[in-house]
Amino acid sequence: MADPILEMQSITKTFPGVKALQDVSLSVERGEIHAICGENGAGKSTLMKVLSGVYPHGDYEGTILLDGKEVQFGSINDSEAQGIIIIHQELALVPYLSVAENIFLGNERVKRGVIDWNQANADAAALLARVGLDELPVTPVGQLGVGKQQLVEIAKALSKEVRLLILDEPTAALNDNDSEHLLGLLRQLQQQGITCIMISHKLNEIAEIADNTTIIRDGRTIETLDMKADGVTQERIIRGMVGRDLGHRFPPHEPNIGDEVLRIEDWTVHHPTQPERIVVDGASLNVRAGEIVGLAGLMGAGRTELAMSLFGRTYGRNITGRVYLRGEEIKTRTVAEAIDHGIAYATEDRKKYGLNLIEDIRNNISAANLKKVSRLGWVNANEETKVAESFRASMNIKAPTVAALAGKLSGGNQQKVVLSKWLFTDPEVLILDEPTRGIDVGAKYEIYTLINKLAEQGKAVLVISSELPELLGICNRIYTLSAGRITGVLPREQATQENLMQLMTKERDQVR
Amino acid sequence: MTAVAGFKDLFTRNLRQSGIFIAFVAIVGLFTILTDGTLLSPGNVTNIVLQYSYILILAIGMLIVIVGGHIDLSVGSVVALTGAVSAVIVIKNGQPWWVGVLAALAVGLVVGCWQGFWVAYVGIPAFIVTLAGMLLFRGMTYQVLDNVSLSPFPAEYQKIAGGFLNGFLGGQGIDVFTLVIAAVAVVGYVVSQFRTRAGRIKYQQVVESMPIFITKLVLVALVVMAFAYQLARSRGLPIVLIILGVLIMVYVVVTTKTVFGRHVYAIGGNLSAAQLSGVKVQKVNFWIFVNMGFLAAVAGAVYSSRSNSAQPGAGNMFELDAIAACFIGGASTTGGVGRVTGAVVGGLIMGVMSNGMQLMGIDQSVQQMVKGLVLLLAVAFDIYNKRRAGAAR
Repeated sequence: MADPILEMQSITKTFPGVKALQDVSLSVERGEIHAICGENGAGKSTLMKVLSGVYPHGDYEGTILLDGKEVQFGSINDSEAQGIIIIHQELALVPYLSVAENIFLGNERVKRGVIDWNQANADAAALLARVGLDELPVTPVGQLGVGKQQLVEIAKALSKEVRLLILDEPTAALNDNDSEHLLGLLRQLQQQGITCIMISHKLNEIAEIADNTTIIRDGRTIETLDMKADGVTQERIIRGMVGRDLGHRFPPHEPNIGDEVLRIEDWTVHHPTQPERIVVDGASLNVRAGEIVGLAGLMGAGRTELAMSLFGRTYGRNITGRVYLRGEEIKTRTVAEAIDHGIAYATEDRKKYGLNLIEDIRNNISAANLKKVSRLGWVNANEETKVAESFRASMNIKAPTVAALAGKLSGGNQQKVVLSKWLFTDPEVLILDEPTRGIDVGAKYEIYTLINKLAEQGKAVLVISSELPELLGICNRIYTLSAGRITGVLPREQATQENLMQLMTKERDQVR
Repeated sequence: MTAVAGFKDLFTRNLRQSGIFIAFVAIVGLFTILTDGTLLSPGNVTNIVLQYSYILILAIGMLIVIVGGHIDLSVGSVVALTGAVSAVIVIKNGQPWWVGVLAALAVGLVVGCWQGFWVAYVGIPAFIVTLAGMLLFRGMTYQVLDNVSLSPFPAEYQKIAGGFLNGFLGGQGIDVFTLVIAAVAVVGYVVSQFRTRAGRIKYQQVVESMPIFITKLVLVALVVMAFAYQLARSRGLPIVLIILGVLIMVYVVVTTKTVFGRHVYAIGGNLSAAQLSGVKVQKVNFWIFVNMGFLAAVAGAVYSSRSNSAQPGAGNMFELDAIAACFIGGASTTGGVGRVTGAVVGGLIMGVMSNGMQLMGIDQSVQQMVKGLVLLLAVAFDIYNKRRAGAAR
């Protein structure tokens, strides 16, 4: 039975000053789906980089056995030649090139020195059929959604005759339908004899699909769980990951709801480059003081678009509708105006829109309210540092000092910096877009606790999330959005994943 | 409790910034040996200051442009245009020198507004806007000057770049006034450093240990006084050095201590994040270019004064020297990183190299090649450093 395709033995990888991996071992059976779990910064990605040759042989200690024979990869090319393909969390596709061009990028179908496009497109079509993607090979990748792009990546891996496929957080950016499809595809590939290693934070997916799960914590292997065995539940995995029994994944919270703070009426937004397309269609909603309100919707439902158009018109055009703050109509034509009215928006993509990664924590925290630590245009750097230090302590940002660069923090800590930045503007309304995306379980719990604390301070919180359990776990009320329309609102007591999903898919067909 | 940082800690942390100073010292040392000490002789030290002042002035403005994530290719043409306007007013129309200077500054500001408008409010990349500006303002220079050079300027005007302050306090062969001014500057620096340190201690932050702090101050004081001594033995304190000194001080403060400066770094570091943090990106970009126009005009006045004429072809390629100074001085090609002091030292490195090679009688063509290679190596070093830092995660 034991027929490991891959064995990594006693891998130790040190960065100057940090031991990222310490004596990590991993054994993957031929043909299985093997999940790797661990908090952010636990060393999962580093381990995969060692495996795929991003960190070349000699850069780490320990041995890698493939089919029982030791291998020494000097680069990604070496590992790909052995059929080990890694698909990174951030997709590596060229948006302006076609699906076929992307699939065969660096591996072009060539005849006598010239690319044979007929062959390439035909091969691409076959690969697309294999991954169940119904698109033409000549379609530019940029026109596809994230879920479909993920499939293109897998088709690209298949084109290289992959034996061991490594997926880093494959479903992080996908909605439930796309995730479902992707997991189904992985099972199909498994039947075709492809072994799969999957890094994921989504424990329900792991429970559903993985044969074995290896848990890594603080750069060490903790255990490998046989998912078929009894008693291996999501809670069991969590216990391994954080080293403590969380009991509840969501902190308890007694809501103390006051008067209405934010009300939006008849909010309509058009697409920025296709003005005839309506992205948000007559949406109305309200949030009260001390209330945590969820906004659920599938990809493309217009959740982020609604938030961004509200926040200083940073998305869309021909925006109409009314915004009321404590009953008074306000204008939020620019970001500065929105902030002045006490609205804060923590973006979905921290790295791209939330943080200046080449600056330190301090400058990031003060970025949205620099005037509070300055007088007549002069920044008081000492005051600024004091403020940042106090946030570092109260938000439990794990960094030696606030002079550490934001780009070097883990996802959870980056998110805490983003939240600190917005709390420093002293907002009345906080819009949190995917506040826990790509964050490990332990840090998620911390973020939920923070959100509860904010609500207890009487702030109105609007949470946008793709994870329904999360919304059900922390929100007092949940709005559903489908194809740009608010299709319902349910109090926490009445909401279930099933009825929310029904509302989230409602009207879709009618709109189309 | 105040934490104290040790020497090694400071050195490794600041390698990227201190690297440029070490390189500067090495280059000065090298050329001092190669020229048998002529490089640091009183007359030549004065000469370097006079010869490269306008490049340094441009480099200050360019640094801010580059940190903001832009580039300005038009500054050479703006130097020419502002000098030309000034010359027409002073030489042709016989107005006093200060009218010419004010007119030059006004033209610089208008140019800055023009380019700032297109970059900030229309959203055209600065590369294109300033490439167009380079042609546009060069053409205007020809128009203003009617295709001929204008010279000479009256004596007062020439003093901007060629004048000296000396003799107020006497001295025999060594100008006491120059030394006094330098001493005042050193005392001012020491006092401000002590106040900064006290402020940091009050807020319980990490400071250098006292011996290191004192060593640093003594070193700076020695270098400044030695420099002033050489000037004093020559012709005294160049007026242009005072202009330059004031500009450097002002812009160090602007970039490190003001909201505007912070916003420039924020925009260059991550435009979207800055925008979504309420930074008025358009406004900041606009003022970056207005400021560049202003400094280009200052450089234009200085350059016309130094060359004692306004020529249609003046300032050719100055933009490239200014850009090179910034990159040699550690500015990032993608924006968000860079320091005024770095750009000034970068400019001085190029100045000292050119000057040293001139003294050695090395051909102009070789000088160009060396400068090109130094720029390439400086940026390569920077990228190597970044990669190392990146691997350290």
